[in-house]
Amino acid sequence: MNITSGTEEEVTMDEIGTITDFIQDEAGHGLYLYSAMETLGKSRDQSLQELIDGKAKYSSIFNYPTTSWADIGAIGWLVDGAAIVNQVALQRTSYGPYARAMVKICKEESFHQRQGFEIMMTLANGTKAQKQMAQEALNKIWWPALMMFGPSDKESVHSQKSMAWKIKRQSNDELRQEFVDMTVPQAELLGLTIPDPDLKFNKKTGHYDFGPINWDEFYAVIHGHGPCNKERLEARRKAQEEGEWVKEAALAHAKKQRNLNAA
Amino acid sequence: MKKDNQWPLWEVFIRSKQGLNHKHVGSLHATDQQMAIKNARDVYARRNEGVSIWVVKSEHIHASSPDKNDCFFDPANDKVYRHPTFYNIPDQIDHM
Ligand SMILES: [Fe+2]
Ligand SMILES: [Fe+2]
Repeated sequence: MNITSGTEEEVTMDEIGTITDFIQDEAGHGLYLYSAMETLGKSRDQSLQELIDGKAKYSSIFNYPTTSWADIGAIGWLVDGAAIVNQVALQRTSYGPYARAMVKICKEESFHQRQGFEIMMTLANGTKAQKQMAQEALNKIWWPALMMFGPSDKESVHSQKSMAWKIKRQSNDELRQEFVDMTVPQAELLGLTIPDPDLKFNKKTGHYDFGPINWDEFYAVIHGHGPCNKERLEARRKAQEEGEWVKEAALAHAKKQRNLNAA
Repeated sequence: MKKDNQWPLWEVFIRSKQGLNHKHVGSLHATDQQMAIKNARDVYARRNEGVSIWVVKSEHIHASSPDKNDCFFDPANDKVYRHPTFYNIPDQIDHM
């Protein structure tokens, strides 16, 4: 990844430190969710295997590339921002272990969003090249971020059941609208332009109207044909395979310690 | 099928600074208690959430059965006299 900011200036060690923490948080979020799955009787190994085999779903957004430091900023700001809107609603989901995981996750996400926004602000107020880099990242991530809320309510196959079971508390379109309303003024503050010619405040509804989403792209991505699907799953598979010996060695070590203590 | 080398599951309990009881915060996998405590710190106490961590192997936890909640908790249902509001206190006494 190119983590230079587009000029001679480079990303600082502090920035690398916070990004590392961000990644650790996210690993934790994965763990909370897999733990919730375990309460339903599905083991961690089973869940991971299903992910690697392409059977388990995961958020469409992870299939897009991250190529610049500005992308990191835009992802924190928009992707974590969209995740927060989703997850805040899910704190009231009907399945207890899932709801409790969401409460913890929401506390941590807000750090990511603010960190991302700060990166964007630094770039947007920087040199011309930096500002352009920020704008390009927004152009790239805006629509995929809107797609994170899933298909339109009319099209969503799982929504009805999820709403009936109160797993989902607000519809995809409601949450998407909430995200747009929240984010447009933030983009204005950054002095960046959201890549949507149809975006306009609607005085009658009190919400921002926005242009049509490219659902063909969305379905292509969730069916495995996004820019990075193969690469992402391959990285998971490799990590799982190459980490296998570590898991085995640690188990053997723990067993040996137990025997020593018993002796 | 590859061999199952899933690490044991542990439940994590954390006591916050305020001195309240240890509270269940989640679970994790670890090979032994030391690793479980360290991992618990790294996952569940990242922002000063607590001053003490307990870990217990999940297999050692026994739970009441939610299906039998009605009859299981029913001994408490007809004992209103266990609640302070059951007793009449003259109005002249503000607080008791
Ligand atoms: Fe997250
Ligand atoms: Fe996040």
